[in-house]
Amino acid sequence: MVKYIIKRLLLAILILFGVSVILYVLLRFMPSSYIEDQYLISHAQGGASPEEMREDLYLILANYGLEDDSFMGIVRGYFMWLGKFLQGDMGESFKYGKSVQAVISQYMWLSFGISFAALILEMIIAIPLGIKSAVNQYSKFDYVTTVLCMVGIAFPSFFLGNLFIKWFAVDLGWFETGGITSGVTPDQGFAYVLDFLWHLVLPMSVMVILSIGGLMRYTRTNTLEVLNADYIRTARAKGLSEGKVIYKHVFRNTMIPLVTQLSFTLPSLFGGAMITEQIFALPGIGQIAYNGLLAGDIFLAMGYNMFLAVLTVIGVLFADIMYAVVDPRVKLGG
Amino acid sequence: MEETEKKVQAMPESQNAGNAEGQTGGGNFNDNLHGESLSDRTKVLSPWMTVMKRFFRSRLSVVGLVTIILLFMFSFIGPLLSPWAANNGTVIDYNPELIVDGVLPQTIYYTVGGKEYAAMDLTITAPDFVRLGGISWSHWMGTDANGYDVLTRLMLGGRVSLTIGFVVVILETIIGVVLGGLAGYFGKWVDNLIMRIVDILSCIPTLPVMLILSVIFTEAGLGGSISKLYYMMIFLCAIGWVGTARLVRGQILSLREQEFMLAAKASGLSTTSKIFKHLMPNVVPQLIVSMTLGLGSVILMEATLGFLSLGAPLDTATWGNLINLASTAEYREYYPNLWIGAGICITLAILAFNFVGDGLRDAFDPKMKR
Repeated sequence: MVKYIIKRLLLAILILFGVSVILYVLLRFMPSSYIEDQYLISHAQGGASPEEMREDLYLILANYGLEDDSFMGIVRGYFMWLGKFLQGDMGESFKYGKSVQAVISQYMWLSFGISFAALILEMIIAIPLGIKSAVNQYSKFDYVTTVLCMVGIAFPSFFLGNLFIKWFAVDLGWFETGGITSGVTPDQGFAYVLDFLWHLVLPMSVMVILSIGGLMRYTRTNTLEVLNADYIRTARAKGLSEGKVIYKHVFRNTMIPLVTQLSFTLPSLFGGAMITEQIFALPGIGQIAYNGLLAGDIFLAMGYNMFLAVLTVIGVLFADIMYAVVDPRVKLGG
Repeated sequence: MEETEKKVQAMPESQNAGNAEGQTGGGNFNDNLHGESLSDRTKVLSPWMTVMKRFFRSRLSVVGLVTIILLFMFSFIGPLLSPWAANNGTVIDYNPELIVDGVLPQTIYYTVGGKEYAAMDLTITAPDFVRLGGISWSHWMGTDANGYDVLTRLMLGGRVSLTIGFVVVILETIIGVVLGGLAGYFGKWVDNLIMRIVDILSCIPTLPVMLILSVIFTEAGLGGSISKLYYMMIFLCAIGWVGTARLVRGQILSLREQEFMLAAKASGLSTTSKIFKHLMPNVVPQLIVSMTLGLGSVILMEATLGFLSLGAPLDTATWGNLINLASTAEYREYYPNLWIGAGICITLAILAFNFVGDGLRDAFDPKMKR
């Protein structure tokens, strides 16, 4: 087990190295004019002559390893970035004027909170539905839930989000169209929390509706598999009530693959929902990264993408280990 | 499922749904045949025929297939019937009445000292929304701010979106089959190398990288042409083949150990013949399923790029560009006819491809419960 984990960790480092090389090369093809423009604007009142400013700018770019766009320059810049990254320094976000770590940790928690709450809601709804429709396979209930879930999967987030804004926020006026607080001066205390939650109703429902189908279908497939297992027949044969069979034997065994499946949600849990946050103007990490990416904020883009890649790698590793933990029959090897 | 294996289906056609899945045999072959040959009494179905039969037995798959056919007819035949489609698809006739209303100089009448004057006010310019027409007999879904007929643009958009979906999925599959096949068949360092590349590419976050590419291509001067979308889709293929490669490799690894491959080896077949005649046909069912399910996700990706205004230039009709209008608050609230159609088309396309993909999977693998 320990040997397996060490092997996987080494592999993960190799993967992250590969990902970072590809991302860095891509990002260096981005126009660097953002930094220059931003620098020139912010230092325009300083009274320095244009030549001094150019020199200054060159020094700043050189400081980040961005001054040379030749092949060797990019290689040198990459290793400069890598050296800092390994020391826990992801560079400075030019757009937000802070270190990338600070930007990510500042905006990450809103995204995490929303995604986590949505995930819990999703599980509360999807798992019972999945089990129920598997137990009553080919019934009307099964058909209706399956079709509804497929519809939910098929909806693009931007379409559903805009429909919800139009219907529930504009036409009916029940909810706010976006943001997380209303009014220029937000309420304080309990009223603030209520107002905050009020703003999150629409984005959360969009997220739940979109992802509920996948989880429900997964639960359903697994439950069907468990229902066909020999030990379920045994449980019935020894005269257990149907309720006991379902909740004690089927339900628990259905949870095994679900635990591993949930590990794969790690990147979306922390990385934010880019499009949903965009539509509802939520200041989460997804929207912040989106704006940074479009503005050519190289280090923020690099940091955010690496953040996602690290989460993906951890998620996959965690899933494999959890699989062996929850199901002792699985032997880790290779 | 071997190509050469023929299944003898002696069951009557009308089976009840409960035990319908993949039951073969069951007839009594020891009957006195009264001089008839066996084939007169039994129906021999090829594996593909049984798959087709199982596929069409599922209602959802049929609904999906019909929806796809309708969407194709809507996109490819529809514009031929529309009076507004012209110029090879990208430019549509303006709706002249609506524009003329907006820009015609208005005559103003006024009286000064008992005398009546008429003046032409030439300063009036067309306001932004004047071309936006509601639903009418000549424009079933109204017209947009540029005077385009929305329904026609929806049809033409379907051409671009569906074509891109198919091209990307086919390219991804070709790359995935070749590389996954190499990895699975040759093993050793080939497998190791290809699978590490697969690991790396599958960790790259797709949407953020597409954003970066969009910025790069726009900077490179491709911003105003549809080729930017094509380049981005090529990149999508370049990172999207990994799923197919994993699938093919896994299949080949398990098939390689089976008896029929040993037999192929024993009869001295060439490597090419072993790969393409004996291994590949066994991967085809899974490939077809993954391609069908992949179509939906490529269409979604194009639509997402369009929605974020990162894909084709906005005056090109694609489903993504049409739904992009929903991000403008005025259009979202007062002109739902501009974007709801595109949203419904995208949703229907994804839903239909998922239905068909699921149906095919069940049809190919009767052991697996839905």
